[in-house]
Amino acid sequence: MNLWVTFRVAVRALLRNKTRSGLTALGIVIGVAAVIAMVAIGEGAKVKVAQAFDAMGTNLLIVTSGSSHGGGMRGGHGSMPTLTWGDLQAVRSDISTVKYAAPVCQTNASMQSDEQNWTSNVVGTSPEYFDIRNWPVVKGVLFGTADLDAGTKILVMGSSVAKKLFGEDVDPVGRTVRLRGSPFTVVGLLADKGQGPMGQDYDDVVVMPVSTFRAKIQGGLGQFIPGVIFVGATSAKTTTRTGRDIGDLLRDRHRIQAGLEDDFSVRNLSELAGASQQGTQIMTTLLAAVAAVSLLVGGIGIMNILLVSVTERTREIGVRMAIGAKPRNILAQFLVEALTLSVIGGLIGIGLGILIAQQLAASFQWPLLIRPDVIVVAVGFSAAIGIGFGLYPAWKASRLDPIDALRYE
Amino acid sequence: MATGQHCVESPSVLLRLEGVEKVYALGDGVEVRALRGVSMEVRAGEFVAVMGASGSGKSTLMNLLGCLDRPTAGTYQLEGRDVSGLSRNELAEVRNRTMGFVFQSFNLLSRTSAKENVELPLLYAGIATKERRERARAALERVGLADRANHHPNQLSGGQQQRVAIARALVNNPRILLADEPTGNLDSRTSVEIMALFQDLGRSGITVLLVTHEADIAAFATRVVMMRDGRVVDDRTQLPLAAVPGPVQNDDAAGTGGAQ
Repeated sequence: MNLWVTFRVAVRALLRNKTRSGLTALGIVIGVAAVIAMVAIGEGAKVKVAQAFDAMGTNLLIVTSGSSHGGGMRGGHGSMPTLTWGDLQAVRSDISTVKYAAPVCQTNASMQSDEQNWTSNVVGTSPEYFDIRNWPVVKGVLFGTADLDAGTKILVMGSSVAKKLFGEDVDPVGRTVRLRGSPFTVVGLLADKGQGPMGQDYDDVVVMPVSTFRAKIQGGLGQFIPGVIFVGATSAKTTTRTGRDIGDLLRDRHRIQAGLEDDFSVRNLSELAGASQQGTQIMTTLLAAVAAVSLLVGGIGIMNILLVSVTERTREIGVRMAIGAKPRNILAQFLVEALTLSVIGGLIGIGLGILIAQQLAASFQWPLLIRPDVIVVAVGFSAAIGIGFGLYPAWKASRLDPIDALRYE
Repeated sequence: MATGQHCVESPSVLLRLEGVEKVYALGDGVEVRALRGVSMEVRAGEFVAVMGASGSGKSTLMNLLGCLDRPTAGTYQLEGRDVSGLSRNELAEVRNRTMGFVFQSFNLLSRTSAKENVELPLLYAGIATKERRERARAALERVGLADRANHHPNQLSGGQQQRVAIARALVNNPRILLADEPTGNLDSRTSVEIMALFQDLGRSGITVLLVTHEADIAAFATRVVMMRDGRVVDDRTQLPLAAVPGPVQNDDAAGTGGAQ
């Protein structure tokens, strides 16, 4: 008796009791759907967090200046400028794992176009800033080193600012914006970056050469940088070491003796991102574990139904044996019944799970991430459940004595 | 093969029991000796009725003859081959190829058409679909139910169900047909019809072994074996009563058999 015939016998037996077969498969459907939907949710959340951190910059380190103190009050990081332009040069040239370093000075300022006005974040920096933050323009150009040297009155703007000042879908390149009384030419429109991890709008910003920023927006303090230094390390692996090297370099330059408090701080954003990733990973694991339990319960449901079915069909088993079914035929029949239930349940569950994941992804505005390996594992797992939980009832059926089975009432 | 040897000395002996005993252990050292040394021979084409009171061992004997069980002692030769020591798998094969079973309660698969019920033994014999269909149809025709092939058991009368069961028993072209109280659930008129069918099969060369406790059913057989306390106490051949299904004489005789 070949497998195809066994399969047909099993399917026929299942169809003789449609409601019961359907309800049994439902346990597996829910289990598999839950696993797939939960893992998709977790993965979506993880990617969302990763995207938010990536938007800040790749392999990003932020060096801030020290804290002012007077009369027992300490002002917090950045309240006293301690980072110098010389420090920036040293970071750029002395540390091999630093790929880019850019000064970032920022303030809020109101700006006017011909039609509208808006108050936004104004950043003065060097061209490396766009490399560190992976931020290209979609229209126009970025400013270059020549503009930095010349202090040209130009700027590039984020999409949110462009919308506020010029309206939807209007190309701002070539237009003029007045800032602190000076006219600035818009040379570029930055690509959309979306939200930061704390919900801030990255696109609500205008960026100009730091020389222009110091001349027209906010004067500096001579040798000190009125802001922070963004550093891009050469790779994700070297980021932590780069942070340590910058610390050593600046301690040396600022002549800070061992044991004394630093007058600057180095923050490693990838560490922060890693911690955040770990949080979502734990959540994913937890959700998947809960879903796996429901899959297990579905499997026990299959075993339960099959045990009832074996008892109920004892006479049928007896008849089949009397007319020539071997124990292994009976074993195969019940195993295939279990397998059919669980695999069909698994396939429906995959469809349902993907549907749920789509709905959730749409409502949370997450990227939809169905991991193919999860689907394979879910189907494999439901098939394993079919065999695992079907084996005992099937074995029980195959061990029946035909005489007893025929006499069973 | 041994079959050839046996054919030479007694051409028509189909099965032979020698000193067969069957002991059931009920636990706590209690044993039931269901068969206490049975020896008999059955020739091909015989129509044997096994009679006896309940507990006489006739059902145990039938289970052994049908290869559903193995003797505790003694030998059972079927077609010259000793089958008393075969494994469960080998016994299943012997049953599938050599035996056809008919039960008192029909034992058809419910919610399964007559055709599919009849096909079942062929399924386990590994016969291809097309041949299965043809042979199942032929078997149903032989019992006069070709027009009910797609009916489910609950749409058939008792007599018709038993005929489907007989078709199922015949579909593998068995040499032996074992019937355990085949008329026990049927009215007398339908019983006679079924017995006529058995006699017909016997004439066509199939050996029929029948268990019954009714003397008027045993009367249709060519040989009657009486069992008591696990032993054969009487074994005689007889001139069988011709089973001619009479016309419906009164209302109560119409019963379940009249549904056809």
